[in-house]
Amino acid sequence: MATSSPQTGGTGAWDRLSGLLGRGPGGYAFLSLYLLITSLTLLLNPRTSLLTDVIFILFLLLLLIVYRTRVHIGFKVALGVIALGVVLPYFGTLNPYYIDVATQAGIYVALALGLNVVVGFAGLLDLGYVAFYAVGAYIWSIFSTPQIGAMISGAVPVPNVWFYGFILVGLMIGGAFGVLLGLPVLRLRGDYLAIVTLGFGEVIRVLAENLDKPINITNGAQGIKDIARPPIFFSGALRAIGLRQLDDNQLYQFFFYFMVLVIVLITVMIVGRLKNSRIGRAWTAIREDETAAIAQGIPLVRMKLMAFGVGASFAGTMGVVFAAKQLFINPPTFDLLTSISILSMVILGGLGNIPGVILGAVLVTLLNLQILPRIAEILRSAKSAGVPIPQSFDPTQYQRLLFGLLLILMMIFRPEGILPEDRRRQELHEDEDEPSEESAGATA
Amino acid sequence: MAAEAKAPIRRVSSQRTLAELLRVIFLPLGQLFVFTVGSAAVLGVIVVVLAFLLSRSDPKIFETAVAILPQVIIDGIVRGFLFATIALGYTMVYGVLEFINFAHGEIFMVGGFVGAGVAYLLNQWGVMSTMPALLFVIIAVLLGMTVSGLLAMGTERIAYRPLRNAPRLVPLISAIGMSLVLQDAVRMIATNTPLGFNARFETPDFGKAFQLASIPLGARSIPVLIGPKAVIFIVAALLMLLALNYLVNATRLGKAIRAVAQDRATASLMGINVNQIISLTFLIGGALGGAAGVLFGMNIGTVNPYMGFIPGIKAFTAAVLGGIGNITGAMVGGIVLGFLEAFVASYLSLFTGGAFSGASYADIAAFSILILILIFRPEGLLGEATTQKV
Repeated sequence: MATSSPQTGGTGAWDRLSGLLGRGPGGYAFLSLYLLITSLTLLLNPRTSLLTDVIFILFLLLLLIVYRTRVHIGFKVALGVIALGVVLPYFGTLNPYYIDVATQAGIYVALALGLNVVVGFAGLLDLGYVAFYAVGAYIWSIFSTPQIGAMISGAVPVPNVWFYGFILVGLMIGGAFGVLLGLPVLRLRGDYLAIVTLGFGEVIRVLAENLDKPINITNGAQGIKDIARPPIFFSGALRAIGLRQLDDNQLYQFFFYFMVLVIVLITVMIVGRLKNSRIGRAWTAIREDETAAIAQGIPLVRMKLMAFGVGASFAGTMGVVFAAKQLFINPPTFDLLTSISILSMVILGGLGNIPGVILGAVLVTLLNLQILPRIAEILRSAKSAGVPIPQSFDPTQYQRLLFGLLLILMMIFRPEGILPEDRRRQELHEDEDEPSEESAGATA
Repeated sequence: MAAEAKAPIRRVSSQRTLAELLRVIFLPLGQLFVFTVGSAAVLGVIVVVLAFLLSRSDPKIFETAVAILPQVIIDGIVRGFLFATIALGYTMVYGVLEFINFAHGEIFMVGGFVGAGVAYLLNQWGVMSTMPALLFVIIAVLLGMTVSGLLAMGTERIAYRPLRNAPRLVPLISAIGMSLVLQDAVRMIATNTPLGFNARFETPDFGKAFQLASIPLGARSIPVLIGPKAVIFIVAALLMLLALNYLVNATRLGKAIRAVAQDRATASLMGINVNQIISLTFLIGGALGGAAGVLFGMNIGTVNPYMGFIPGIKAFTAAVLGGIGNITGAMVGGIVLGFLEAFVASYLSLFTGGAFSGASYADIAAFSILILILIFRPEGLLGEATTQKV
């Protein structure tokens, strides 16, 4: 992505680009044309292939470009609605694989936004974030399947229409767990906090793996299958308006796609409002300097707990949706690597900056679900063509390497992320022209 | 930066008599001994009392609990020395840089793989069976120490040094990344060589386990065993502690390390090459981790690329438990944590009638200890209280 030097923070390239295409009639024409071309190429060539992947990414890139250009807000919204609300779902009927990727990306966007509240806004490094996601997922899984009977004898699964209520339950339980984790670790400084939250995440996973006895709560390592999906009340209406004969699975894909889209929009709105509120400023103050924040009269305990609670509640909500979408969950779904990948989304995009985090989440998800499998495919065909590639090398199996390199490189070369938050960019580059190596203690 | 209060050892006298020197070097052994015996005794008493209370419902519990107690204590010591040797690396680096080297568990794992690789090669060449066991241990450990130490130094140079003046979380995230990269890099190497993902660690024949005692339980008797590999592990760990103590407290290099830990800027004004000392700290810590990896792999018999992570976190727990930045503290923390885990792993399922599997809940016990320690005594067992400066 942005390749300019860190000092200018990428704005130079963007300024030039948006100067050319981002304003006036040129901007409107460019954006409309861009949308038209990418949509048409997608719709005319819906087969799963490398080319479609690239176009799909270009198509999603449109949203970023729209966000960065200075056109009328109504036009931006219209483009967004057409792209995400019409073109993408229609493309989904032609090739269900991509809409699934989009849904997955949406889930990760919401998770990354939630983690961003904790890490980006309040500056509390949480390495066990996936635990809250797991809690949400297990709540719905247990209550919607006969698993509940194994836990409380005689209990029957709740009717699947309760799913909508359980989204709120997931939100509340996730938030409660966030506060619960926050309470003991409030006094800890950044790096200790990271280890403790990591431990907490592992504890939740180990519990999920082992709580099949003495009372069978989570069904242990086998996981829970046949999780109920909510009833889709609009299927009749959709068929009535003459949409192609869609089977239930496709309907559910649409349902979850739009549901995730709505949740992401709500999340963006809430997080954006929070950021610019009194609470958001308090979080920033805590992140910058805890002691100074206390001196300013900021209630440290309440604010930190709120950051944990808010962040965790998004994960709890998404957990419920994820369980219903996936139909099957087991403990390894919620391992440390998932936490780390969400963290790398936040860091790649830009800690604290909402559009940046969304970008990071989409990029990492695409990388994970599309680009790596595609590279693997290319390597396989190259191998069968006789290129000497080691037998057991499969790029999809090297996510750790990828995330690890991503984290290291981002930290060394661009710690503020691709789309940085202004304040953080200044903070990270304030001592740029000071001699860096020897003055460590002197600057303290 | 509250570095000055967390220096490994506070005493800074320029001239020491031989007696003082010996005291500084061997005092930690005494502390270690006290804590080993103490925690074994406390946990043993707790277990016996619990078993006695439970034996009203099932009289066999008491008998079994007491019969396996010596073996559990031996397991605890072995486990404890494992955590202790890894924790030394964490604590060295933390003492000097106030930085949690997240990738240290992977340095440990690399040591294990080097050992497995050496064993594989020796086996291929056919010299393994004719080789004295002790010579094999020395070769494997030295090679493991070299590779791990250099690797730790390299990771510092690549991933941590450019970030030394950045906000605290930045190098930590970089270290997390380094940990993941090392895991998969080793996996890539291992799966593309004859070693494989689960690499077998061949060893020469060490002879039979020593039988320390035999406890009669009903008709049969339960032997209390300690394997020769475990003995080697414990002896090596003690030697490492002594060597490290000597290095830090009685050499010029050690004095430089302590100076850098206290105040980097002033140390550099006194003519100490701070970067070099930090590199050496990583080298030493990494070498200790590598040695632990080789010994651990030898003990277990197989190594895999992900084996370092959980012991790494637990060793960090041990370092915090003992008081991070404090060398003896790391050993003591490791021993206490090892005992605790061994006891939970062995007795939890016995006492709950098999309802909870002890091995899995041992992990939870370790993490709970970490949280409890950080809440109630963040300075650790042997550390002293520090306040955070503005």
